[in-house]
Amino acid sequence: MEKMPKWADVVLIPVISLLLAAVISALVILGIGEDPVAAVKLMIDGALGSTYGWGYTLYYATNFLFTGLAVSVAFHARMFNIGGEGQAMLGGLGAALVCLYIPWPHWSMALAGGAIGAAIFGAAWAAIPAYLQARRGSHIVITTIMFNFIAAAVLNYVLVNLLRPAGSMDPATARFPEAVHLPTLHELLAPLGIEFSKAAPANVSFLVALAACVFVWLLIWRTKLGYEIRAYGKSEQGALYAGISPFKITMIAMLLSGALAGMMATNNVMGEAERLVLNSTEGAGFIGIAVALMGRSHPFGVFLAAILFGFLYQGGAELALWTKIPREMIVVIQALVILFTGALDNMVRMPLEKIFIALRKGKA
Amino acid sequence: MDFLTLIQVLDSTIRLATPLLLACLAGLFSERAGIFDIGLEGKMLAAAFFSAAIAAVTGNVWLGLLAGVASSLALSALHGLASITFRGNQLISGLAVTMLASGFTVVIAQFWFQQGGRTPSLLTEGRFGPITFPFADAVSGVPVIGPIYAELLSGHSILVYLAFAAVPASWWLLYRTRFGLRLRAVGENPEAVDTAGISVVGLRFAAVGICGVLCGLAGAYLATSLQAGFVKDMTAGRGYIALAALIFAKWRPWHAMGACLLFGLLQAVALRFQNIELAGITIPVQMMDALPYILTVVILAGFVGKAIPPKAGGEPYVKER
Repeated sequence: MEKMPKWADVVLIPVISLLLAAVISALVILGIGEDPVAAVKLMIDGALGSTYGWGYTLYYATNFLFTGLAVSVAFHARMFNIGGEGQAMLGGLGAALVCLYIPWPHWSMALAGGAIGAAIFGAAWAAIPAYLQARRGSHIVITTIMFNFIAAAVLNYVLVNLLRPAGSMDPATARFPEAVHLPTLHELLAPLGIEFSKAAPANVSFLVALAACVFVWLLIWRTKLGYEIRAYGKSEQGALYAGISPFKITMIAMLLSGALAGMMATNNVMGEAERLVLNSTEGAGFIGIAVALMGRSHPFGVFLAAILFGFLYQGGAELALWTKIPREMIVVIQALVILFTGALDNMVRMPLEKIFIALRKGKA
Repeated sequence: MDFLTLIQVLDSTIRLATPLLLACLAGLFSERAGIFDIGLEGKMLAAAFFSAAIAAVTGNVWLGLLAGVASSLALSALHGLASITFRGNQLISGLAVTMLASGFTVVIAQFWFQQGGRTPSLLTEGRFGPITFPFADAVSGVPVIGPIYAELLSGHSILVYLAFAAVPASWWLLYRTRFGLRLRAVGENPEAVDTAGISVVGLRFAAVGICGVLCGLAGAYLATSLQAGFVKDMTAGRGYIALAALIFAKWRPWHAMGACLLFGLLQAVALRFQNIELAGITIPVQMMDALPYILTVVILAGFVGKAIPPKAGGEPYVKER
């Protein structure tokens, strides 16, 4: 018998966890002598009150969609891919190489090419930890952490020594050619007669991210492979008994995860910076973990959580601009969300289960 | 490379290995008791901030140290609450602790000092000064032995000596006391410990507490000895290098010291020389940065001996009824 109805597990627990995180965040804001209500108003106004705000919110959300999906796919196979950051960094390198060295006639082909390049590089970066997990039993969490740092060193080396244009001091690649420029939401919506802010960086890769959500949903819940991934995640013994190869599932799930994290580069590298800079990922790989936890590893949940974090990011930037609340407040909120939805899940769950069991007994 | 340069590099190796060693031993206690801790970085960072902040305000480095250790212990308690009491995912909890510290330190630093997320620079009384060994000046002129004694061994802060003294102390505690035996047992087979009538939860909290104290010392050392004050994200991945060293050492105290000295040496060399020419091949500085992580992956992969973590590590213990 289920201890609680499904809606409680899917909706009630995340909402309560989120409320707890929000209450503590509000207390922190009070503690540093600012008004939490005014702060929330400012965030809503700054992130959702204009197409400019929306443009930034959706831009950040696009990043978090890719990394959140990446973590989710690995979660389904009961693996904790903490290496989204490194995979996204390498994805950026893949996208940059594709954009710099292939003369693309049109942005749509460049987007496809860049996405493939980014996915291959991201997947390759996840492949070694995946192989070591599957064949040698090395703990995937530790190896992916190590690979984040190795990725940073690799990227640093490549940007400083190989891809930096002659005469430039900045550790970054040259600007991508004009033909690679991805249309922003402003350019996409203008022909439809919809006014959208010109300055905001949200671009066509948001649609790619939405497509990725649908793809992940189809894969996980509508294919044999997805079934095998979930079966393996639920019970390794059971999966083994059903003839599912742990090696195959571990590799496929991690390669997919790495590819999704890598594809974030279509947004931040191709869509926004239009060149590869040193710290292009800005911690989005770690936010992906919060997004996946919040979204219960379901693409629709990930979508909602990514929008929420996009809102927090843009709203947080506005706060830093107009109040004395520093930008790092967002990191605190993000940590609280991870803490309550991930680590302290049972703190919310156990009392709720007791309440539901008591309610049911009352009815019977 | 002349002798004096060698001494200087080794001297900075000791300085850089100290925070790694303290954090590594911290992780050792926690993981030996079956609690994975990827939040070493966060605890160090919190301790670095609070030790620097309190030392800056009071001008007393010991009060700073106390505050640093207390903040690290508070995060340990949170990690314990999540992973022992509520049986949550220890990895996620560790990650949350690190993020919490990285955000909170800057938010509070900005609120207290308004210096862009840093503390004021610490003056002499706000820092741990060097301890000069007896006769260090007198023997410094003696060839070979003089510089080794006066430069390399003498003249570090008290926390450096404490860190290296903590190695035999940890070994003794873990392998020669009843508490140590039980602590190791709880990381391998908590059911057996429980059956013997010893509290699994109590032991694990004790281990996580020791971990908090050691991380606190590591963070305080960073902000009040190695550097003079706190800056944003000043731990710069040291918590993860310590984690790498712990795996490299296969969860043993003496080997942990060796691993930390090795990784400290890599940092010292990367700090002093940018690119190194070795037999005609230039080794880029980024290679030195990445080497601890690469070595750890190689060890984890089991190509050079096998690193087997404590058996019950990462698993919350559910008492049978």
